Order: sequence, then C-alpha cells, then structure tokens
Amino acid sequence: MNSTQAVRTDNVCRHYTMGNSVIRAVDGISLTIGRGEFVALLGQSGSGKSTLLNLLAGLDRPTSGSVIVQGRDLAQMSSEDLARYRRNDVGMVFQAFHLIPAMTITENVELPMRFAEVDRTERAQRVRESLERVGLGKRLEHRPSELSGGEQQRVSLARALANRPSILLADEPTGNLDSRTGEDILNLIRDVSLSLGMTVVMVTHERALAERFAQRLIFLADGKLISTSDSGPPATSGLGRTGAEEARA
Amino acid sequence: MKGYDLLDLAVRNLRQSKLRNGLTTVGISVGVASLVAMLSLGVGLQQLATRRLAGSGMFDTVFVTSKQDFRDFNRDEDRKDQHLENAPVLDEPARLKMTQLQYVTEVEPEIRVMGEIVSNGQTHFGFVTGLPMSARENEAFDSLQGKFFSRSDAEEVILLKDFAKELEPTNPVSLIGKEVTLRYGERQPLAADSDNVGRPTMSEGQNSSTDNPSPDSYGFSVVRKMQALKVVGIIDDEPYGGMRTVSRGRIFLPVDLTEKLNMAQFTDMRSSLRGGGKNYQTLTVRVKDPAKVSQVQDAIKQMGFRTFSILDATKSLRRFFTVLDLFLGIFGSLALAVATLAIINTLVMAVLERRREIGVMKAIGASDSDVKKLFFAEAGAMGFFGGLLGIALGFAIGKAINIGTGIYLRNHQLPAEPVWILPTWLIGAAIAFSIIVSLLAGLYPASRAAKLDPVQTLKYE
Repeated sequence: MNSTQAVRTDNVCRHYTMGNSVIRAVDGISLTIGRGEFVALLGQSGSGKSTLLNLLAGLDRPTSGSVIVQGRDLAQMSSEDLARYRRNDVGMVFQAFHLIPAMTITENVELPMRFAEVDRTERAQRVRESLERVGLGKRLEHRPSELSGGEQQRVSLARALANRPSILLADEPTGNLDSRTGEDILNLIRDVSLSLGMTVVMVTHERALAERFAQRLIFLADGKLISTSDSGPPATSGLGRTGAEEARA
Repeated sequence: MKGYDLLDLAVRNLRQSKLRNGLTTVGISVGVASLVAMLSLGVGLQQLATRRLAGSGMFDTVFVTSKQDFRDFNRDEDRKDQHLENAPVLDEPARLKMTQLQYVTEVEPEIRVMGEIVSNGQTHFGFVTGLPMSARENEAFDSLQGKFFSRSDAEEVILLKDFAKELEPTNPVSLIGKEVTLRYGERQPLAADSDNVGRPTMSEGQNSSTDNPSPDSYGFSVVRKMQALKVVGIIDDEPYGGMRTVSRGRIFLPVDLTEKLNMAQFTDMRSSLRGGGKNYQTLTVRVKDPAKVSQVQDAIKQMGFRTFSILDATKSLRRFFTVLDLFLGIFGSLALAVATLAIINTLVMAVLERRREIGVMKAIGASDSDVKKLFFAEAGAMGFFGGLLGIALGFAIGKAINIGTGIYLRNHQLPAEPVWILPTWLIGAAIAFSIIVSLLAGLYPASRAAKLDPVQTLKYE
C-alpha cells in the first residue's frame, strides 16, 4: 500500500437481489484515490455512484472485492470496527443535509463527538472550531429548520469535520441548493480539504461544477467505471488509474 | 457512547413525543401502582395477623399431649406410628423431665373441670380452668376489672364477664371482693387393691392431698367438695382466646390451687382404666425465648409426645400468605404486563418514526450497540419514571384502602388498624422491577433499531 493512497478499491461489487433479478449496482470497480485528492464521481441516476460512496463510507458492504482504507479492508471488518471507522476516519455530507431536527446547531455538530466519546470540555471548543471553519458564528442555538439550505449544509459540513476525519464523503452536496449557494459550499469544501489535507470524494451529476472543483472526474455507468479524467487544478498526489489498467489478470 | 450522553439523548428523545411517551409512562405507573398496592396489602394483612397472634402471648408456649389421646384426628405423624397404645402418657415423671429441659421456665398442667358456683343460694354451672401466674401478661387481662390472683395457690377466683352476669345480672362488677362457693368433684385415690380384683374398696373420709398416689392405686372415687373463694377480678375474654382447650372456661382459679384441690378431671377415668396413676391431659410448657420454641418442641417430641405450638400455626399461616402474596402479585402484574405491551408499541413506533435519524447517527459514527443502548435507555427511563409515579399512585391507593377499612372498622366498633403497609424494600423493588420489565420490553424495539440498514434509511427523501 502506497502511503500516498487514501482509498483503493479492488474489483469491488455490490449486487442486490430484487425478486428474481440481480441488480448490479456496483459491478467490479477498481480505483485508487490519493491522499488529499478531490475526486468527483459522475454518472446518471442508477449508475452506482452513491452505492460506491456508501461502500467507501463503510455504510454498506461489498458483495465481492475489497475496499482498502489505511491498509485495512473494510469488507473484512466487523460492524463495530466499521462504526469506529465512520466515526473517526470519515465525515459525510448529504444532499438532504440530514441534520437532527430536534437538536440545535451546536448539538448537531456535537453529536458525532458523543459517539466518539470526546471529553465534554473539549467538545465545546471543537464545536466552535468546526463552525468557524464553515463560517457560522451566529444562531448556534437555533434549530436546523430555522436556517437556510446553504446554512444547513454548512452545519452538516461542520458536523462532518467534528471528529477530524481524513476523508470527506459528499453525496450530492449541492443537490438541494441554488447554484450560487452550491458554489459557496463547494468552495468551502475545497478550502477545508486543502487546509486540512483531507481527501474528498463527491458524488454529483453536475459536470460543470465537478470540473471546476474536482481534480479528477470518474464516470460511472451501470455500475462500471467508464473513464477517469483529470480536470481543474493539478492533483497534488495519487494519479488515478482506470479500472482496466488495474484489473487483475 | 458514555452513560451521561446516553441518558441525555434518551431523555431528549422521550421529550420529543411528550404525549405518547407520557401516556406510556402513566401506563407503567398504573401497572406498578397496582402491583405495589396488592403486595402492600399482602404485607399489611400478614403483619396484622402476626400482630394478633403475638398479642395472644402464645409464641413462647408449647402444648404437649400424649399420643394415646386424640387419636382419631387423622394426623399424618400418628398414622406412621403403629404403636400408639404404648405411647408414653403425661404423668408426673414426664412433667418433671420437661421442667428440666433447657430453656423451659414452667410446665403447667391444663386443668379443666366442671364445677358450680353457688352465689345467693343459686348454682351456676361452668368450666373451671387453672391459670398460671404468667397468664397475667396475656392480652385478655388488658380488660381486667379488679385484681389478678395474689398468689399461685390463693383461694381466689376470676370470672368471665358473661358468667358474672349470670350471677349478678344488673351489676356484675359488684361481685368483686365478695365470697362465692365453688362446688367440684374431688378425686380420691383408692387404697392399693391389685390383689383384690372385683372387690371394690371404699376410702371414705380419707384426705386427698396425695399428688403422687402409689402406682398400684388404679382406682379412685369422686367426692363432692365445696371451696370458698373470693372473687378478685372479672375479664371480658378468655385468656389465650380459648385456644388451649376444647370447651370454654368461665371460672378461673390459680393453677396451684386447682392442683391442691385435686379436682377430678376427665382424663382421670381413662388413666385409671389404663392404670398407672395420675395423668395430665395437656401440659403447657412455657419457653424462655420464643426463638427456642422449636428446639424445646423437638426435645419433647423425642420423649414421644405430641406437641403443638403457635409456631406450627404461623408456619401454615406463612404458607398461606406466601400463596396470597403470589396471587396478589400475579393480579397486580397483569396491569404491568399490559404496560409492557404499551412500551413495546411506543418504542416500535419511535423506531419507525426515527428511521432517518437512526441512519444519520450510524452514518456519523454510531455503532449498532450505541443505537441499541439508546433505545434501552429510553425504555429504562420510562420504566424509572413510571416506577416513581407508580409508587406515588400505589401509596395513594393504599392510604385510601386504610382510610376505607378504618371507617368500616370504626362503624363496627372495632379499633382501626392499618391493613396496608408499604415497606421500604418494596419501594426499591418496585422501581427496580419496573426498570427491568421496561428494559425487557425494550429488547425487541432496540434490536430492531440496531439492525436498521443506514443505506436504506438515508436513501429516500
């Protein structure tokens, strides 16, 4: 395992059985994402990009193949270890924000630290730190429903950063936002990833945005990797290879 | 997740649907209340019964009878014993032997004879009972008017109020201090006559102070005697609740006086047929410490006698109350069982409602066991609050029962006594039980929540 690699998948598959037919949501994808790289997964609905993201997040298990993160295969890990991986190594941002409506902004950002058993005195400081990083300093005791979409996504990002993960996984982070706010969020994500050296994998279907912010675009269709192309600013590390190149003999 | 955070999140979640969780908690509290009310009633009734028995002052007493007597009562222990004819009789040596047993303070014969009191030229029939001096402590003498016997062989008499009314219908108390005459049958042993079977021997004019007749004098005669007695007191109820003997005594003499008078007893006839001198029908053995009663009882059983103590009665009483408690407990648990279903229902609803939230929590790092613990904590919190509320409610119900029975008892001219007692252990036990039951009820919803697939729950908008 190369130390510049953040994530590697080896011929990973995720098949669902629906009635008599098998749906190959992810069908033999092999790719490598470098440390600190900003990668966009593109494809149409049903191309398998969200399923792949869930596999990288350890929320889902591959039917076959492996997902290697920091030298460990997520496919082989216990559900308790996967939870720990999600808690400490991964931050997630969703299209629908997925904030807990009953909790205030502060409490939402604090929640992952409760699972990580972070000391209570340290939490307050880290909440503040995370919220400052995403540019939120006011209305911290408000509920998510009292905030605009862009603000909610910022809170969601702050929550993802709370446990200081090394990988940020974003599932259509701009999908529920107008184009200006979406750009703001992506700028923010890029800034954060650059300043913290965080690897970012973003699922999107907006190619224009992806080209502007991601270092590399990976195109999926029918669960298979179609092409991978560099775009935007040059990658700092970890050149991507196609599945064909990496497919084992 | 740490305990504090777990509880914080649980209580927070409970407060999200106040009405639903509140109703469920009230449901639990009703269950706990019914359980507490029922069990406390059981405890109260048991204490009431024990108090009543303790008041009778018989916890330190063992009653001894010969196995030759009362044989037709179908006792198990007797059926095992095939040689009852040869069972030892309660004679003087046996009595002496019992007196020497450890922890025994006194052994008094049960003396009960028929007699007549002559007062104002009229005769009144009644059973005469001998009382030891220790009987003074019995609760029957709480109602004593006048005095107790001055000595154990004083020529004095205490009368039962009903009997005194027969003598003096208008003012029975006026009898105190007056002299009455007791007419009774004296037992006079015959001279030794084993060699002269078939030739009755008379013993007229012979004085009868022989407590230890020669073993050969199997016969006796009964002679009418008179004894002047001074009435010293009047009591409302018979001491020992009449438990010691079959028929109710109404005339009470000091026990040593009755022995001195050598009154002819029912058993005398029998022992004379059997031979072997004077026998006692029942001996009352008083034990120094109620805790030693069973020890003394065993020692006397070893001697071959049949024994009975109030301990035997409390044993069966305790068994009865165990069954009663069980019954009340099952009855009280029914409401709690229904409440358990309410918890399951509430939590399953909560799992369905919070699918998305559970998925998010898992996505940001909650493990399956975190989710499980969270729902357990919610169930436990409902159990705890339900338990607290239930204790309060049960307490109120119990107080109502006490007030109700108090009014009832007073209406029947009886002193009000609490029949419902809430012991402290029951408070703790009820809350613990409520929490445990709630946690059990949370098992299914919690594992269901833990098994939720985050991918599925986060998929749809």
